[in-house]
Amino acid sequence: MLLNAKNLNYRVLNETLRKVDGDCNIIECCGQRYIAAGMSDQNITVNGIPGNALGAYLNGATITVNANAQEAVGDTMNAGKIVVHGNIGDAAGYAMRGGRIFVKGNAGYRAGIHMKAYKEKQPVMVIGGTAGSFLGEYQAGGIIIVLGLGAKEKEIVGFFPCTGMHGGKMFLRSDCRNVRFPSQVTARTATKSDLEELEVYVSEYCDLFGYDIHEVLSSPFTVITPDSKSPYKQMYVAN
Amino acid sequence: MNVFALFYFPERQDIDMKMEGQVRIPSGCAIAAVISRDGSKMSGEMITNAMRPMHDRSNGLGGGFAGYGIYPEYKDFYALHMFFDERATRKSCETFLKERFEIVKSERIPTRKIPAITDEPVIWRYFAAPLKSVFADLQLTEEEFVARTVMKINTEMKGAYVFSSGKNMGTFKAVGFPEDVGIFYKLEEYEGYSWTAHGRYPTNTPGWWGGAHPFTLLDWSVVHNGEISSYDANRRFIEMFGYKCTLQTDTEVITYIMDYLIRVQGLTLGEAASVIAAPFWSTIEGKTDLDDKRKHTYLRTMFPSLLITGPFSIVLGFNGGLMALNDRLKLRSMVIGEKDDRVFIASEEAAIRTMEPNAENIWAPAGGEPVIIKVKDGAF
Repeated sequence: MLLNAKNLNYRVLNETLRKVDGDCNIIECCGQRYIAAGMSDQNITVNGIPGNALGAYLNGATITVNANAQEAVGDTMNAGKIVVHGNIGDAAGYAMRGGRIFVKGNAGYRAGIHMKAYKEKQPVMVIGGTAGSFLGEYQAGGIIIVLGLGAKEKEIVGFFPCTGMHGGKMFLRSDCRNVRFPSQVTARTATKSDLEELEVYVSEYCDLFGYDIHEVLSSPFTVITPDSKSPYKQMYVAN
Repeated sequence: MNVFALFYFPERQDIDMKMEGQVRIPSGCAIAAVISRDGSKMSGEMITNAMRPMHDRSNGLGGGFAGYGIYPEYKDFYALHMFFDERATRKSCETFLKERFEIVKSERIPTRKIPAITDEPVIWRYFAAPLKSVFADLQLTEEEFVARTVMKINTEMKGAYVFSSGKNMGTFKAVGFPEDVGIFYKLEEYEGYSWTAHGRYPTNTPGWWGGAHPFTLLDWSVVHNGEISSYDANRRFIEMFGYKCTLQTDTEVITYIMDYLIRVQGLTLGEAASVIAAPFWSTIEGKTDLDDKRKHTYLRTMFPSLLITGPFSIVLGFNGGLMALNDRLKLRSMVIGEKDDRVFIASEEAAIRTMEPNAENIWAPAGGEPVIIKVKDGAF
């Protein structure tokens, strides 16, 4: 179904979207918030600029955005997939606990902030370009991958990545020579088994956006993990 | 600062008019701006419409605009935009002004009665030139004299506020949603080479006409999304230099800081940005460009009390240009785009697309990275 969002209030747009039986193509979107929030079983395509908190609490639906997306994409997302054929704003995947986010271009500040995982719930975010500062801030679980494609002289990540990271894993397609990590994480060159794990997600990225996986994987990757499962162990009391 | 509170988008709620400390509302706010590098004129209609997709970032307790190049026929006169609580206040203020200024034109600012905007004060404007004999006697420059007069009226004259005091520019603000404020002030009838806009979601202070953005002094204007956690430290410092914070909101201190750093201290725009959104000491320490490192060390050492902490995205307007800036942690969104000679700035890309659907090179500057756009020489 085609849904013209022109001048539609976000609430009306989302109510209409919820009543659609089957897939939906939204056109002329311009800043409406919370698109597809909590939805579980549709394919939704957005043309135009979706507003903040696109796919918040997403629970299994697939969202494709044919432009840039704004702040807080996939906020507290539980399951499903969000594909953005452009850049995304700040705090993407904020507290996400399942599902996958693929961004063709760059991410703003605080991508993957407080991402978490539990048993089979393993959220994944792949950023094709570069990420802003505070990438993976307070990351508690899941996987964040940044490819730095087309970064040229720009650093793959801004300042203070992994601040407060205490779980999960991060892959940066760079030797990270100029990146300063905090003391509670370990950054090392990816091993063969790391690359096998990585390949699953990167191949999906390459399929979605038309990149050659061999070329993408031919550069060195740095893997960042927290040192301890309880990094705050000594902070207050020894327990 | 709790970062988790930042991405919290509350529904509009009805709020009693309470004073600071009695009410706490999660923040939002929206800003937008446009400038023509060629100095070509745009009506205020476009910037008014830019605020529509960001409606829910405001809560109806303040909206406002600044337009530059809008008074070409009076470009050599200070345009004083004023709120008065009643006619008698206006009369006594005019007596005061006439002792200090030659007033070449005095008129009610045209407005349109609309249901969305109510309880308006008396809104007036004066095109005026300070009397040379008066400011020469005081050994003040013309600009310093005007700035002090604004401070004097805002501090001492009950019921009177100067809310705009630059040349060939003017601000227009009210309690209401910004898109309604633009209609109220008939902004489609003004033509400017740059415009800034603000939709307010007051967090710590009351929503009142004087508290709407932009906050201005001389030709500086500031629209601000965020809240200043260093406000009182900043206020105490800047008040030592004759500025008075009278408008019951944090943003006005940014305007005075920029006036002080740039006009009084002679810093460049970029240097002033490095004072208020200074990099962390650890970031300065890690700089490999030694001149740059020395400069930042100097600025942080000289003006430690003017570091603004807390979230902000601001657009500073001035004659001939705009500067956009985020706080150093970038706790607020802000994107920039361009098309031909025009540059667009907004809290959300949706606002830019409303102004120019085919805007190009959309990007988000880093925290503390100033973006300065100037009209080419001689074009304004």
